[in-house]
Amino acid sequence: MRAAVVVFPGSNCDHDTYYVLKELVGVETDLLWYRQTQLDRYDLIVLPGGFSYGDYLRAGAIARFAPVVQALPEYIEKQRGIVLGICNGFQILTEAGLLPGALTKNLTRSHLTRSLSASGEGQGEVEGQGEVRFICKTVKLRVENNATPLTQLLSYGQIIELPIAHGEGRYVAPKDIIERLKRNRQILLTYYGENPNGSMENIAAIMNETGTVFGMMPHPERNSEKLLGTGDGLKIFQALVTSCQLSV
Amino acid sequence: MNGLSQSEYETICARLGRTPNEIELGLFALNWSEHCSYKTSKRFLKLLPTTGRRVVQGPGENAGVIELENEWCVAFKVESHNHPSAVEPFNGAATGVGGIIRDILSMGARPIALLDSLRFGELTPQPPSQAPSPLCSPLPRRGEGLGVRVGEHSPPRTGERSRALFLGVVAGISHYGNCVGVPTVGGDIYFEDAYTDNCLVNVMCVGLVKRSELKRAIAAGVGNKILVVGAATGRDGIHGATFASEDLVGETEERRPNVQVGDPFTAKSLIEATLEVCRFPELIGLQDLGAGGLSTAPAEMAARGGVGIALDIEEVPLRDPTMTPYEILLSESQERMVLCVKAGSEQKFLNIFRKWGLEAAVIGEVIAERVYRIRHEGRTIAEVPIELLVGGVPQTPVDQASPGPYIFAGHWPAKANSPDEVWWPERLKALLRSPTIASKRWVWEQYDHTVQTNTVIGPGAHDAALLRVKGERFGIALTMGGNGRYCQLDPYEGGMRAVCEAVHNLVSVGAEPLGITDCLNFANPTDPEVLWSFEQVIRGMAQAAQTFELPFVSGNVSFYNQSERRKIYPTPIVGMVGLLRDLERRVPMGFQREGDLIYLVGKLSGAVGGSEFLKVFYNFIGGELEKTDLALEVALTKALLEAARRGLIASAHDVSDGGLLVALAEKSFAKGLGARVEIEDLSEEYLFGEWPTRFVVTVHPEHDREFRELLGSLPHRRLGTVGGSGLELGGRSVPIEELYRIYESALPESLR
Repeated sequence: MRAAVVVFPGSNCDHDTYYVLKELVGVETDLLWYRQTQLDRYDLIVLPGGFSYGDYLRAGAIARFAPVVQALPEYIEKQRGIVLGICNGFQILTEAGLLPGALTKNLTRSHLTRSLSASGEGQGEVEGQGEVRFICKTVKLRVENNATPLTQLLSYGQIIELPIAHGEGRYVAPKDIIERLKRNRQILLTYYGENPNGSMENIAAIMNETGTVFGMMPHPERNSEKLLGTGDGLKIFQALVTSCQLSV
Repeated sequence: MNGLSQSEYETICARLGRTPNEIELGLFALNWSEHCSYKTSKRFLKLLPTTGRRVVQGPGENAGVIELENEWCVAFKVESHNHPSAVEPFNGAATGVGGIIRDILSMGARPIALLDSLRFGELTPQPPSQAPSPLCSPLPRRGEGLGVRVGEHSPPRTGERSRALFLGVVAGISHYGNCVGVPTVGGDIYFEDAYTDNCLVNVMCVGLVKRSELKRAIAAGVGNKILVVGAATGRDGIHGATFASEDLVGETEERRPNVQVGDPFTAKSLIEATLEVCRFPELIGLQDLGAGGLSTAPAEMAARGGVGIALDIEEVPLRDPTMTPYEILLSESQERMVLCVKAGSEQKFLNIFRKWGLEAAVIGEVIAERVYRIRHEGRTIAEVPIELLVGGVPQTPVDQASPGPYIFAGHWPAKANSPDEVWWPERLKALLRSPTIASKRWVWEQYDHTVQTNTVIGPGAHDAALLRVKGERFGIALTMGGNGRYCQLDPYEGGMRAVCEAVHNLVSVGAEPLGITDCLNFANPTDPEVLWSFEQVIRGMAQAAQTFELPFVSGNVSFYNQSERRKIYPTPIVGMVGLLRDLERRVPMGFQREGDLIYLVGKLSGAVGGSEFLKVFYNFIGGELEKTDLALEVALTKALLEAARRGLIASAHDVSDGGLLVALAEKSFAKGLGARVEIEDLSEEYLFGEWPTRFVVTVHPEHDREFRELLGSLPHRRLGTVGGSGLELGGRSVPIEELYRIYESALPESLR
């Protein structure tokens, strides 16, 4: 079992993700330079968060042309292993057409802040105004399908907490695609209680039809230890690694 | 316009034995600017203590360095980007972030945290005072705001400019800091009329490095090569350092070309590439190209190494090939570094930077002759002695004048009309609504504060931020801030408080303070009163730091923060780093459990002078500041650290802006847990005074005896008990939920 975390110029969650896989999950992991195209030795390839190429044109729009991304379709086609895109990685995967839909600028009509009530549901939210271009906060997520390599260690309907940190995280797709995602149970995580970026159907994480390519806006690597929160993110990496190990 | 005085020009001619040419004059203008040379401030900065057991690098390098544990060191520094931000807030603030990050990088350290202290004018025009006219006793000589009802002697407040600056600065920090991948974990924001024309943008960066891997900004070894790496050089920011050494007057629009443009993507690649080459033993030294660009940085490196440098200016990678040597030297294009590497190893270095898609070129070499020589296509076009260029500037003669009884014992309107039982909730709500006190969530949620996965306590959650170091038991606590109003009213006391408050913030999380960096923001130093306040602030800071045995390891001075209409308050910003030996012993800010006992510890009574309360309620900025008792400060913070170490404290919070009730409310917000407060004294002073040296701590009943024994004779008073869902006091109770809504919505609402 060997994992790779791709390093694009501008990636900034590469070391964080590497740390979780290597030190917390305990998997052999390489940092993989974006010019690499030899992917067959990896069972898991993670496209990490960050600002590849500064996201100057549009998040992920330049990185999709990177050699490593150009090599991904073949890797996916022959079902060699699992691909996970986190935040910027998710954006790159949609830009490359390896996952359906698009991640667009956050649409935050009202700036909803944390609730004081213990349950965190509904009441007590404070409404403000403001064009919020980038949002960094911990959000609640609901597990919509736990029968996938990404979510198998979570339970259906479970509420987990993960941080988000993005300016372009609003998931949009044509109606028929959304319907297909729902029908095939490709929607894995949805924002719960509050939709921070205006995503359609509260979508936070999806997979492709074959269950080999995964994309999520929240950062599991930022909540993989109790010291930093609830530690929920670790289960996502452990689940992926378990799947890879089973199929090796 | 080069900013040199007549006498400075004459000194240059005399020392050179000739008149300098245009390029040499440009070199002197930048190296001898206040911004680069500290020619006015140096003599006062010497008053600050700079040594200590843990100091690895004091002032003089790009950043100060303090040793933590297990060879781990932190490099940290704060720098201002006030002038550019006042003219072009987005890029001004963005490049402020970039500049300080490269300073940390110059030490060979990986940047792990950013903090920023921001000051703006009022966001909304203030309503006329509701209170009866204050009896303003003797007007201070020059009147700015001192004891004067705000607005009386200054033009009407315009919220519009302040809003534009505020939004631009926050967006600029968000843009740059998020992309570059360094978490923004703390800082503070104040809104005061004095900052309407000159906003303040002070950014602190903290880097982590093993002691053995520290680098210096030095050039040495004759024949060794000088490299410039990073972005190509363009025409942006020419004369930025001299721009920062003048008042902001007239058509500031014309100054836009003086503001650099930031490119955080290139910066991120530059960080990674630089840290990669820091492992090469052939690296002699490195420095970022900041203020002054190539006209200052290589010369400074040569000065430190006791050598000279010859540059072949045509080798510098350019954005525009038509740039003249003069423009290339003076450019302040961002995202560039200078390296000195062993002769013969150049290619190895160039390869790494090119791998990251960056420009890299050999542009010169170290020479024995101690001169800074600029060559263009083989011909020497400028040559000046290093010693004259760097540090040769004569100290500027100064003139100081105390403005007399500066400490203004002004009257404020008679006490609130017979405080009745409903008076405090309304006043507390109004204070929580004040943008200076209200939640800054709207701001820090736009900053990535969790990247790098080390943020244990982030912005808005406590008095200080707390970071872990992967694989280690200890934590690094960080704080940054300073209250300019206090310094306006009493610069000595204000300087002391700036240091003490930073100490409190670290102690609140249970961390031991280790070292200080500071940024001194002042108006024009040729004004004798400004210079007097400058010295007083420094003396106050020095006094407090000496008492706590805390060294200043780096710092920055920003003068000329004034316009034709306004001077800023004397505003020292203190950044402080602390060590928490065991992360498991960190102390939260908020109330934790029903039934915990609430204590006020420290000075138990005081007055209301200089408070936010007086400003909000009486539109009055004035009053006498209570004097800080440094002996009490030291004894109290020591006792609290010991209590934290023993695990006796359930929560701790420093009482500062807004006073006691604001502190209690903030403690309630963490978990929505209320407090039953049983105090008799419902006076304005007690509830809203901002006298120094106080904490509100809570203690679980089972630890109560040990906690009180530990405090011994240190002053403390039981305030009440944690519990319920409201803040109860004097027969009135206000739901925490209601206070929280006000606290959270005030800032977004004031931006509408």
